Parts: sequence; C-alpha cells; structure tokens
Amino acid sequence: MLSRKAICDSHGQDSSYFNGWQEYENNPYDEVRNPTGIIQMGLAENQLSLDLVESWLASNPDVVGFKKNERSMFRELVLFQDYRGLPAFKNELVEFMAEIRGNKVKFDPNKLVLTAGSTSANETLMFCLAEPGEAFLLPTPYYPGFDRDLKWRTGVEIVPIHCSSWNHFKVTESALEEAYEQAQKLDLKVKGVLITNPSNPLGTTMSREELNHVISFAVDKEIHIVSDEIYSGTVFDSPSFISITEAAKNRNLENTDFWKHIHIVYSLSKDLGVPGFRVGMIYSNNETVIAAATKMSSFGLISSQTQYLLSNILADRKFTRNYMMENQKRLKKRQEMLVSGLENAGVWCLQSNAGLFCWVDMRELLESDTFEAEMELWKKILCEVGLNISPGSSFHCTEPGWFRVCFANMSKETLKLSMQRIKDFVDSIDQSKDNRNNLQFSVSNSRRRSLTKWVFQLSFFDREKDR
Amino acid sequence: MKLLSRKATCNSHGQDSSYFLGWQEYEKNPYDEVTNPTGIIQMGLAENQLSFDLLESWLANNPDAASFKRDGESIFRELALFQDYHGLSAFKNALVEFMAEIRGNKVSFDPKKLVLTAGATSANETLMFCLAEPGEAFLLPTPYYPGFDRDLKWRTGVEIVPIQCTSSNDFQITESALEEAYQQAQKLNLKVKGVLVTNPSNPLGTTMSRHELNLLVNFITVKGIHLISDEIYSGTVFNSPGFVSIMEVLMDRNSKNTEVWNRIHIVYSLSKDLGLPGFRVGAIYSNDDTVVAAATKMSSFGLVSSQTQYLLSAMLSDKKFTKNYISENQKRLEQRHEMLIKGLKNAGIGCLMSNAGLFCWVDMRHLLSSNTFEAEMELWKKIVYNVGLNISPGSSCHCTEPGWFRVCFANMSEDTLNLAMQRIKSFVNSMNNNNNDQSNDKSNKNSRRGLLTKWVFQLSFDGREADER
Repeated sequence: MLSRKAICDSHGQDSSYFNGWQEYENNPYDEVRNPTGIIQMGLAENQLSLDLVESWLASNPDVVGFKKNERSMFRELVLFQDYRGLPAFKNELVEFMAEIRGNKVKFDPNKLVLTAGSTSANETLMFCLAEPGEAFLLPTPYYPGFDRDLKWRTGVEIVPIHCSSWNHFKVTESALEEAYEQAQKLDLKVKGVLITNPSNPLGTTMSREELNHVISFAVDKEIHIVSDEIYSGTVFDSPSFISITEAAKNRNLENTDFWKHIHIVYSLSKDLGVPGFRVGMIYSNNETVIAAATKMSSFGLISSQTQYLLSNILADRKFTRNYMMENQKRLKKRQEMLVSGLENAGVWCLQSNAGLFCWVDMRELLESDTFEAEMELWKKILCEVGLNISPGSSFHCTEPGWFRVCFANMSKETLKLSMQRIKDFVDSIDQSKDNRNNLQFSVSNSRRRSLTKWVFQLSFFDREKDR
Repeated sequence: MKLLSRKATCNSHGQDSSYFLGWQEYEKNPYDEVTNPTGIIQMGLAENQLSFDLLESWLANNPDAASFKRDGESIFRELALFQDYHGLSAFKNALVEFMAEIRGNKVSFDPKKLVLTAGATSANETLMFCLAEPGEAFLLPTPYYPGFDRDLKWRTGVEIVPIQCTSSNDFQITESALEEAYQQAQKLNLKVKGVLVTNPSNPLGTTMSRHELNLLVNFITVKGIHLISDEIYSGTVFNSPGFVSIMEVLMDRNSKNTEVWNRIHIVYSLSKDLGLPGFRVGAIYSNDDTVVAAATKMSSFGLVSSQTQYLLSAMLSDKKFTKNYISENQKRLEQRHEMLIKGLKNAGIGCLMSNAGLFCWVDMRHLLSSNTFEAEMELWKKIVYNVGLNISPGSSCHCTEPGWFRVCFANMSEDTLNLAMQRIKSFVNSMNNNNNDQSNDKSNKNSRRGLLTKWVFQLSFDGREADER
C-alpha cells in the first residue's frame, strides 16, 4: 500500500551508523550533569560565532519585530510567498557570496533560487538535471547525506570518483575517467559531476589544478558541474578558496555553452551557523534550470520571516565583514587545538584549511586494514572513549581507518577533554600492544569480549546524522 | 545529448499557461485606490487578509516570541541550531491542540503523528511520494485547486483521475461518480492508490457533508486504498453546517484500530486560517507509523524555519488568543462573504451556497455566449480586460461545466470589494443592454469581436504562478 520510497527507507544500509547518534542521545556529555557522557564530535555545526549574531540582534531589535524605519512590514511579510524570493534578501546574498570569494566574481540575483536549506537545493538540482536512473559522479569521501538527498526521491544514481590518501584525496584525471567508465559498465548515463568545495569531510579547498581537471572532464563529456560551496565561508587558512566560477572564468568559459552547465549550491547553515533557519540556494547560469528550480522551490520555500531577518543582517556590511574575519579566526584556532591535541596523542590528520572538522588518520590504531576493524575501532571510541566521531566508511572512503572529527560544535573545555580522552585511549592501546607481547592473549580477549556485548538497535526513528 | 531532465523542460509547455495571463495582466495594471483606481482588482488570490490586526496586537503584547526570547532569556542559539526533522515539540503540541479546537474538540491529535513541512504544498507532494509509485493514480473530485496538477504530479509521476461532480447536486460527491472515476482509471491502466479531497472545498467553499464523508470511507474501505483529507480551510468555516472532519467520521464509525484507520491522512497549514502563507507552515497527520517515519525524513527537503516554529508555538499556546482569533476571524469571513453574494445578487448573479473558505463559486453560465469552454474563456478575458477583475475560470479547476468562476473576497478591503461589485453590476447591465440592442444593431457586436481578436497571447515563461489556493 505504500510506495517503495516510503518502505525501503526502513532498511537503509546506513542504519548501523545511526547507532552513534543513539548512543550519544542515550548518554550525552554535559560538563556538570554528565561529565563522563559521550562527546558529540559527529555534528558539523558552527557554534563558534553565534554570539556575534546575537549581539547584532540586540543592537537591532526592530528587525525581529518586523519593523523598518518605524513602519511595520508584518502584513507584507506574512503574505509574501513568491517563489522568486524576497528581492532584498537575494540582493544581499549575492553580495555576501561575492565577498566570500574576495570579490573576484560577481553574481546576479536573478540567477539565484532560494530553497529551504541546501538539502533541498541539491535534490532540486537532481530533479532538474537528471532522469531517474541517470547518474552523477562524486569524489569520495563524500557527505553521507548525499546518498539520500541526491538519490532517494529522484531515482538518480551516484557513481564514486575514488580518491585516496596517496595524494591527499585529490581528484585526479584518471579517477574521473575510471568513474565514468564504471558508470558505462553499470549502464548508467552520466549527467554530471558534483563536488563539495571546500570538501566535507576532508576540510580542504580544491586546488586550481583539481578544478581544472574537473572542468576539462565535464567539457569533454558535455556534462554538468554542481559545486556545493556550503563551506566557502569557513576557509580559515591558505590556500585561499577558488570557486568554480573563478576557475571557469580563468579558462575563458564565460559566454560559452559550458558556462550554462555550471551550478552552485550555497547555504547559510555553516558560515553563519544558522541551520535551523533553512536557508539554501541554487545559483545557475542556465535560464531553464533557474525557471524550473524556481517553480520547484514551491516545495521548500524559506519562511518570509527568516528571509526578512537575514536580509537585514547581511545588509549590514560592517557586520558581515567583521563576522567573516572573526569567524575564520576562531575556526582556525579551534582547528589548531584539535590538530595539536591529536598530535599529542600521536594521531595525525589531513592538512586542512577549511570546514568545521578534520579528516583524521587512525589507520595505525586498526587491528587490521579492514572496514570491520574500522567499525571495531569506532565502537570502542564511541563506547569506551566516549566520543561520537564519524567513521570514514560512512563517507564511502576507500581506505579504512579515517575518521571525521568535528571541532566547532563544542566549548574549548569540551574539546580539551576530548583530546585528553583520545590521548588516554591511544596510550592504553600502546600499553596493550606492549603488554600483549608479554601477556599473550588475555587482554585482547577481554577487550574483544566487551565488544561482543554490543547490541545494535536498528532504531527506525533515529535522527539522521547531520552534515 | 539532452542535458536537462524532462521535468525541467516540460514545465515550459504547461497547459495552464494561458491562465497565467490573468496574473500577468494584473501585475501590469494592479488596482490601487489612490495611484491606479481603474486598475485590475485581484480576486483570484485565496488569501485571508481580514484578521491581521489580531495577530499584530498579539505580537505587540508578546514581543519575546519574535525576539528569540523565552521568559526574558535569549534562546537564539538553541533555535539557530535546531534543525531536527521531528520539529519543535512545543510547536507540534500547540498545533495539534489548535487543530483539535478547530474541530470543536470532538477529536484529539497526537503530536507524534504530526510531520511539519514547508507549507501544505510540500505536505501534499510528500504524501504522494509516500503513498504512490510513478504512474499510479489518485482520484480527486472536480472542481479542484489547479495547483494540485503540479503539486501532486510533477516530480512524483503520480496521475490524477477526476471524480466528476456537477451542479445538479451542488457538486457533491456521489457513489456513482466515485465508481466511474475508478473505472476510468482502470481503462487508462492506472492503479488507484487513493482519493484526495479538500474539505472544506477549494474552489466550492463548502464543507463536505457527513453523508459524503461516509461514502468516501466506504469506498476506500472496499477498494483498500488511501484517503487524504486536505483540511487547509478547516478554520475558515463561518457558517452552518459546521465542519465535520474525517477524523470525527472515523470515530463515529468506531474505525479506530481497524485497517482503514491507517489509510487516512490529513494535510493542514496555517496559510489560510491564520493568513500566514509567507511563513510556510504545513503539516501531515497520519495514523500510519511507516508514513509518519518516511514523511518525517522527507521533510528534510522542506523543514519549517525554527525561527517561525518558535514564534507560532508561543502564539498558538495562548489559548485565550486562539479561541478569540478563531471566532472573530470566522465572523469577519462571514460578513465579507455576505457582502460578495449580495453584490453579485444585485447584479443578477448567483453563487453556490457556501459556508467556508475565502471565495465563492460563482455561476455565470447565463452570461456565456454559448455553453462551451471557449465561451468561458471569452467571458473571462472580458472580465479581466474590460471589467478589470482577475477572477479564476472554472476550467482551470477542471470543472466539467462551463461558466463557473471562483471569486475571492478575503484579500482586499471592503471598499475594494464594493467597487468590484459595482464593476460587475455595470458589466452585466451593459451586457443586457447589448443583448437588447443586438436585435437592433449588429455592428456593436462586430466591434466587440474586433476588440477581442486584437488579443495577443503571450506565453510567458517566467510568469508567476497563479496562487490559486
């Protein structure tokens, strides 16, 4: 009686990873009430700069009251459901986006389509660019949510572009070609490449070389490029962010046919730290896509109340400039804290310059170079160490042992505590390794036993892991 | 290689594009009491603008709700980070109580069975994704809201098969109409997954009778299919008979915990009752856990802004306010409705007797030059261009009989409504005069035709969709 879409979901392959969430929710860390609880490090939220927004609100109390220059905008706003979006908001957004890109590129508000979050933007683009059964190529590792956002209701397939640690997970020409051939083998027509730049989970910005590879590839195959630039405002270190628009401009692709094959996704959830407000968008140079996406946005418009508030915040250029700078400073500091804390425990990460997380190399802590061993390690870290971090396999990483660890969704103290816990854990493993040579099997057996007590609850109603 | 999907490109050849002309014409020449008193009056927009003052005064007395404050303390961080697709509990609790109140507290709702979505537009599409495969069908009584053609079909691939209703019995649903629609679907080789009704009806403005509702439940029980009841206008019932919700009927039939109980789903929204379409607040209510679970995850594609959830949870938790709002709003709707029907009557035009909604279903069959949809379009163009009223022709609602129009009354001031009535009266008078003169003077008729053939259709690609609800 129900559709396949409604039923299949309950047998989602990723359900085992939701256990991390459930465990966390059963036993969440709290500095005062539950100091031995699980620390959430799987949530890519930016909680570092909300105070700046809060203080702006305190200085501009009229805006939340729907007032502008003593005039009430209430009636206008509550009635405003035009899928073309609040013009003032779109005007501010394109300027904000340009500023993030160092004003090296400009955007036209008429080419911007507002959506309820980038989750909605990405799905909408799939509906516009591909038929059910067609495919998009995505570099691994990638955000687990894409498996649902891009595929579920659209029927579009994802074929991975395998990246690996030998070159810091950069996208190569051969990886692109291999992915394309794999799609052919699977009898899937490739409609485009979707990249996340800066990358989730890597935390790195794509190099000009990589972008050029992707562009050349897409030009050659005559397919689309979707560049999800949701983390563009979180670039805190060099090299600086090169957007797809800049890269394409530098190749003199403006005013060519290919220019219309480039589509950008953006959101305020990571840069401004307001995921609850559901502000996403599609930017495209293709009028047909804009027209279709605009109508599709009916299924996920942004509340006019929120459009109005944010258009006012973004219009304050002094605020946005200061916010961007300060936010980046704070992100950099936090990332450094995490990196040095991990180093101190003998754990390394991929060198990164963006994002709200690090891509951490725990291959040395694996019992064997397998995903089973990765899951074992993950369970240990979750249950024994008390940290909910995200295993690389959930990001479709081809190499076991990598984990995404978030740093911007907790206080400094909590981050320090988590670093301490990791250090203790790694020390104990080293100790065990030493003892093992002396004590043969008993220690590792008891550790193994405690693991077999693990019971997986496939909870149906689990909250999905966030970006 | 074809680079865009069919979904993206087919849209440009939408069959309804001619109806967007009314919108376009209005936007080119909108009525304004001061700056453009001869402009086109918008009567095609089902908005409720009558009770804003009540909302505004609540806001003025409760500034914390919009300022991200709870008991004087800032909860901005909490809200800015809140993106749980289970929705803000306080909001869902307040919403189910509001829904119960609208139903005279004859039924109660469980907040755990409520899924929040960005508007009823999103709710309806999501239900289609959950209940039907591409190529399967839902039956809808005609006339129905034109937006359904897109909301239910476009990205889902689901088909709509009409249940034909006619003026012979005031457009009520009959057993035979249901059976005929089902058989028509069989003929078209379409598997029927359910029936979707809008109750109170758009565009009729009537509440469904208990008899109709029971017919529906019988029908879906026998066929083993779903029933979706879009109750978006439930709070706009301003006259007897009162609103009988599908839940009430099920309770009366002791259907709780029977098989059919799980196949009933309700759609709701605050866009019409509270007049807040811009805030994008919709909801699905279902007794089926699997549907609730799937719809909850699908709501990721259209969550309600936490800022808005919080504001409205505070407002709807104020029971004194909601009680007063519901009754005052209904009073005002009733008054406006009466103004419209009197004004139309005065022009010799009747409407379907109605007790709900933000519009009347107006009978202009006697003004048609022939009993055809071409004549309906001609009349519509005349009314848009010559009379200066953007009203919605029945054919856009898939009505089987030409000559019916939906005319909205709650989206303008009293003065504007009076002016609209005046214009209609003058128009009808002039038609009567012309008809009298027709026998005398054929040339007048010719010149009127000349005016019409100068009409040029612009198939505007980017025309804003008629917000027909």
